[in-house]
Amino acid sequence: MIEVTSLTKRYGETVAVDDLSFTVRPGIVTGFLGPNGAGKSTTMRMILGLDNPSQGRATVNGRLLAEHGAPLTELGALLEARAIHPQRSARNHLRALAATTAIPDRRVDEVLGIVGLDEVADRAAGAFSLGMGQRLGIASALLGDPETVMLDEPVNGLDPEGIRWIRNLLKELAAEGRTVFVSSHLMSEMALTAEHFIIIGRGRLIADVSAAELAALGPEPQVLVRTPHGDRLRQLLAADGVQVTGDGDRPDVFYVTGIDSDVIGQRLVEGGVELHELTPLQESLEGIFMGLTQDAVQYQSHDARPSTPERRAA
Amino acid sequence: MHAMTPLHIRDTADANPPVMRRRLGRAVTQWSVTKAEWIKLRSVRVNVIGIAAAAVALVLLGVLFSALAPTDMGPGGTATDSVSLAFGGTSLSQLIIGVLAALFVGSEYASGLIRTTFGAVARRTRVLRAKAIVFGGATALAMTVGSFGAFFAGSAVYSGDLASYSIGDPGVLRALLAAGFYGACVALIGIAVGFLARSTATAIGLLLGLLMLAPLLVDVVPGTVGETLTKILPSNAGQATMSITTPESLLSPLLAFAVLVAWVVGMLAIASVVLRRRDA
Repeated sequence: MIEVTSLTKRYGETVAVDDLSFTVRPGIVTGFLGPNGAGKSTTMRMILGLDNPSQGRATVNGRLLAEHGAPLTELGALLEARAIHPQRSARNHLRALAATTAIPDRRVDEVLGIVGLDEVADRAAGAFSLGMGQRLGIASALLGDPETVMLDEPVNGLDPEGIRWIRNLLKELAAEGRTVFVSSHLMSEMALTAEHFIIIGRGRLIADVSAAELAALGPEPQVLVRTPHGDRLRQLLAADGVQVTGDGDRPDVFYVTGIDSDVIGQRLVEGGVELHELTPLQESLEGIFMGLTQDAVQYQSHDARPSTPERRAA
Repeated sequence: MHAMTPLHIRDTADANPPVMRRRLGRAVTQWSVTKAEWIKLRSVRVNVIGIAAAAVALVLLGVLFSALAPTDMGPGGTATDSVSLAFGGTSLSQLIIGVLAALFVGSEYASGLIRTTFGAVARRTRVLRAKAIVFGGATALAMTVGSFGAFFAGSAVYSGDLASYSIGDPGVLRALLAAGFYGACVALIGIAVGFLARSTATAIGLLLGLLMLAPLLVDVVPGTVGETLTKILPSNAGQATMSITTPESLLSPLLAFAVLVAWVVGMLAIASVVLRRRDA
């Protein structure tokens, strides 16, 4: 469990984290999302006790991390990939970290196995690829068998197989009852892993929602209807709250809101209207995320401004 | 900037499953952190080879200076006796030690490993002390062995006119032990500077400035102020602890020991305070 209360970090005039409050609960994967520069890493560094908050506090399993006798067994964290001495072997790296908390060497072998580095464990870590470095970082995070796991952008530099591995690992850790807190600037990745989302922009909380609630934050779901008989369509669906909008480019395409696709189909069949396509459209979580954080994007190229949010067939 | 209203929505269905964990490990102690730093020191080859090389350099240069010294004068005319010839490698050894110490800390900042370490050991000064203990200890041992080696090998090959001493003569054993002690002092100052600078390059620059450049700079300060400043620099204080005869330009050995201790304690104290206050 991670509890962040009124957490604020100022660097001179700049406010990196601004009065942030949220709780990360055990048993699920919680995604920590925001554009680059939103303050995700700064928040994580304060949770780890590395940076002192200007205001507020962040506790792990009920206390400041520094108040726990053995922090490694409470919070396993991955902040930077390849935070390793290039001439030290993966095994010795983990043995040194384990020694701080008197964790036995057999646990080192165990986590090397979990992350699949047992065969290269005695090689100098400088020769590791970015992906292997990430795996070693995750091994460090798991070393103390911690109740809470916090990973900053863990999929960076991983190949598709590695990404799928992390995804499954995170879900397993959550299923074991642990608190799993994972940051990413990619909603498309987190949408597949996380059940809960904490979204920040410019250091402030934008949303603290479950996946279903996030989907509900998007624009009203639409149904795409393709039929040559637009007039009949409008006639059959006419009711309070139902809106039929034509598509500027294609005369036979209509967007309908305020009514279910099942009902539309039924009415058109009953009315004997020729139907070519009937597709429920839902804003992707990615699109909703982009919309929520649009104002908070610090470095935005002009042509890449998210214009019409992309939609996908639900 | 648009005002953003946070959307707080809480789902209620959360019966937290119990966390099934083994209790691994014990509370962090100074001793456990010291063991961890000992593993770090041993597991990187440059540390082991480098510290040994500093001792070997002390012996080899001692032999070289002792064997090649003209019968009437030491190198540069500064040698006063056989012991100072045997200790001719001190300045090279102190540089090697200082650079290795700065690297021992700076490399952790460079890779980001220091943040992993501080995440596991919340009291950061424990890491500083542990690094000081293992690196200072290893250096003290290696440099003491090196100083004895340099003395015996140097004495064996020296055949000049300067005063020659044996191990039993007054002050000789003190000078030999001081060489090991001074090596450890340079190591500890290097560790402190490494934590203050948080970068190997900056730390090495500062150390070279203190050990090599500062003696030249304070030399131009006139009067007794300049003399005193010269005497209390670590390199000159170190030389004073290793001298058999005390020239006017150096502190007495006992005072020099005290000055070195003050340097080490002072630098480590400053580093501790900064380490506690500053963001990691």
